[in-house]
Amino acid sequence: MNVASEPFVMVESFKTRAEAVSAQVQRVATRELAFELILRLLREEDVDDKPGSQAVWADRSIGEAERQRLRRTVPGLTFDVTRELAAEAKVGISRMDWALANTGTLVQTADAVDTRLVSTLPLLHIAMVSTAALLPDIPALLGRVDPRQSAYLSFITGPSRTADIERVLTIGVHGPARLIIVMVDDLEVAA
Amino acid sequence: MKKEFRQSILDALANPNLSGALGRFSDAYRVSRAKAYEGIDFEAVRTQIAGIKSSAASHFDELAEQFANAAEARGTRVFRTSDPREVNDYILRLARERGVKSIIKSKSMASEEIHLNQHLENAGIQVTESDLGEWIIQLAHQRPSHMVMPAVHMTKEDVAAVFSKNIEEGQQPDIPELVKFARGKLRPMFLNADMGITGANIAVAETGSIVIVTNEGNARLVTTLPRIHVAIVGLEKLIEHFQDIAPILTALPKSATGQLLTSYVSIISGPVPNTDGTPKELHIILMDNRRNEMAHDPRFKQALQCVRCASCLNVCPVFRLVGGHVFGKVYTGGIGTILTAWFDALKESDDIQSLCIQCGNCTEVCPGKIDIPDLILELRRRLAIEKGQPMVQKAIFSVVNNRRMFHAMLRAASIGQKPFARQGFIRHLPMFLGSMTEFRSLPAIADEPLRDSVKKIEQPKCREKAAFFAGCLVDFAYPEIGESVVEVLNKAGIEVIFPEGQTCCGAPARYSGAYEVAAQNAADNIRAMLAEDVDYVVSACPTCTVALKQDFLANLEAVGRSEELPAARQLADKVVDFSTLARQLVEQGRLHFKPGVEPMKFTYHDSCHLKRTLRAEQAPRELMQRAGHELVEMQESDMCCGMSGSYSLKLPELSAPILERKLANIEKTGTPLVLIDCPGCVMQIRGGLDKRSSEIKVEHSAQRLARSLQ
Repeated sequence: MNVASEPFVMVESFKTRAEAVSAQVQRVATRELAFELILRLLREEDVDDKPGSQAVWADRSIGEAERQRLRRTVPGLTFDVTRELAAEAKVGISRMDWALANTGTLVQTADAVDTRLVSTLPLLHIAMVSTAALLPDIPALLGRVDPRQSAYLSFITGPSRTADIERVLTIGVHGPARLIIVMVDDLEVAA
Repeated sequence: MKKEFRQSILDALANPNLSGALGRFSDAYRVSRAKAYEGIDFEAVRTQIAGIKSSAASHFDELAEQFANAAEARGTRVFRTSDPREVNDYILRLARERGVKSIIKSKSMASEEIHLNQHLENAGIQVTESDLGEWIIQLAHQRPSHMVMPAVHMTKEDVAAVFSKNIEEGQQPDIPELVKFARGKLRPMFLNADMGITGANIAVAETGSIVIVTNEGNARLVTTLPRIHVAIVGLEKLIEHFQDIAPILTALPKSATGQLLTSYVSIISGPVPNTDGTPKELHIILMDNRRNEMAHDPRFKQALQCVRCASCLNVCPVFRLVGGHVFGKVYTGGIGTILTAWFDALKESDDIQSLCIQCGNCTEVCPGKIDIPDLILELRRRLAIEKGQPMVQKAIFSVVNNRRMFHAMLRAASIGQKPFARQGFIRHLPMFLGSMTEFRSLPAIADEPLRDSVKKIEQPKCREKAAFFAGCLVDFAYPEIGESVVEVLNKAGIEVIFPEGQTCCGAPARYSGAYEVAAQNAADNIRAMLAEDVDYVVSACPTCTVALKQDFLANLEAVGRSEELPAARQLADKVVDFSTLARQLVEQGRLHFKPGVEPMKFTYHDSCHLKRTLRAEQAPRELMQRAGHELVEMQESDMCCGMSGSYSLKLPELSAPILERKLANIEKTGTPLVLIDCPGCVMQIRGGLDKRSSEIKVEHSAQRLARSLQ
């Protein structure tokens, strides 16, 4: 077996590479713990229902009952993402389909527009991804996705950045200035 | 060379922001690129990319057809055209039909190539560039100075002034604040735009997918928020297979900015829903603009392997001094010169092609494996044919090729340059002598050329023989280098003969595009060097070595003298550069170092041809270390010294600062000695150090080796 594709090696490599491009990476054992972590982060960010302070969450795998429970915990959290809400929101949360160990990249089938809105417009993006969805690299990913099934395949590696003024690296131009990745060990992997 | 062009060079050199920013970037780039490629077999990746893109260029029509079918099957509208005007008209018509008032763009070189913004703005449509650098340039009404970093020539003060003047008074030169300001001002532009325009980095024929690579996230917004998305794609972006995206995505960010991957990559394979639930209108324009014609040109087809990473700009010793504005067009640097000649017109490349110093740095790092200097020479050749060879050049080559007369003239000129200089003749000499350059001293021309002095050396009679090819500099200016070569080879039991019929190696003619002259030089030298049966043909000049080993074949082939190719090959097989031969002789136990040599610190300057064409840079280092000397590597040891034959005469204003940097790197090592394998570099560097009254000695490796042997 190729050492680079050993799960432990991949997790370590992913974390190192993602942190090298200014993403934060947290790993939790269960989906429940991931939700707890995300809710705590939202409270720390002072998310509430005032304009400009909301959080938008795009994840179709979360059922209505659970949505209600989460919304009750953090007022200002919404699952019905519109372009206006996303443009105003402080935090965007989404679930990514794969992670690439050797570049620290998250990958998502992003045909549904809300998945892109929440990960592009707010200044903070929180991304959940399954530990089991780790792949070694781009070739492994390209062998797994079918562009006929995903019309918009989206790769995210760290927050938005520019060095267009005097070559000085500046984080957060048009997209998020912060990216927090929550790796979840028991999360189901996308097909 | 046009006066305005020379002036643009002087203007660029006088701009400290530009040279400062580009110089710092090129230093940092070297390090970050190397780090990004750690653990990756660059040669393997680029061989793969070159193969994928070359194969695509052989089948543009089929791939475009396949792409259009696949994309249209998903609901994308594909427009194919060879005429750039039709691209502009198509987009304007579409904008009018759909009631588009404002357009947001992410970076697209193809749209700049066809001046799309101007076309749309003339029709009253608001067009906003969203890449930060492009936006700054757009507001300032300037042109991009770099393909990847369009505003690299501006300081934060410049940017603050542009924002204050065009958007909102009172902006301070604070980079994070300026970026935040741009985010705030551009956000409504994204949200309100009716149409988004992007380019594409890759287009996949079998799936009808386009790949867009950005760092800022603007392309995600451009492709998400407006209801219409138009992508302009040059045919050279086509590849056949979806899997072939991988090597390009592996190399492009590493070569462009030293990143493992850019922050965002989007692979779009069809229309997706808009934010109001309606399907997005997706138009992809496949633009030819002479790319197909280029694909059918046997020499220039390889330029279509370019992935637009701009690494050829970043490693170019000339680009980092003058930046992109001197190039005058959309595409800049080495590859830009070639693209301008095609997408614009051959004659448009006349001045800018002369900027190429032929050092070969770009070829080393090109992820598309394009031999850019070679293609620039080909431009030079075609320009020379189009314009005809200037009279003065013809006269010069006739002198250069008459060795006795050439030596007499050089000698006369070196003693009293003025009469020649006044006639404007010496100034045009394709070699080293030139006018009284201010930045370096010139060598004295030997009163006796090597071709005469060599006869006086008493050589042992040996079974093995080597024919020595001197080249102009060793023959006329530095015969002592040739004498050292003879001394070393004699010690190994090799007798050296000097074929009288040898002449100029043809490099000056070749590098001026005068291939007929270069081919005649090749033919004369082949006859001379093969006249006697020898075991080796050796030269102490890497440029001459490359001429004998490779260029003779190319020169003869270029002018259709194919019947002489077998003899050229026979010669090429025997040719070896001095240091490589010497190392071989040491390894064979035929040369022995003196014991107890006082160890000396030295630094080594890599000549372009020795390092990047002959790949023999280790031989001289090993020889000197085995002789007991201590090597202290200088920074950028393999960066060109600025000599490059007649380049230092044609463009002294560029040759001088390139040399300055080299001298500074040499001085920083603190060593008393620089060793070099090329007499041209010896002349440039020795001349430069002499001008500074430096104590540092400059020697050819052969000279130091001769003194280190028993």
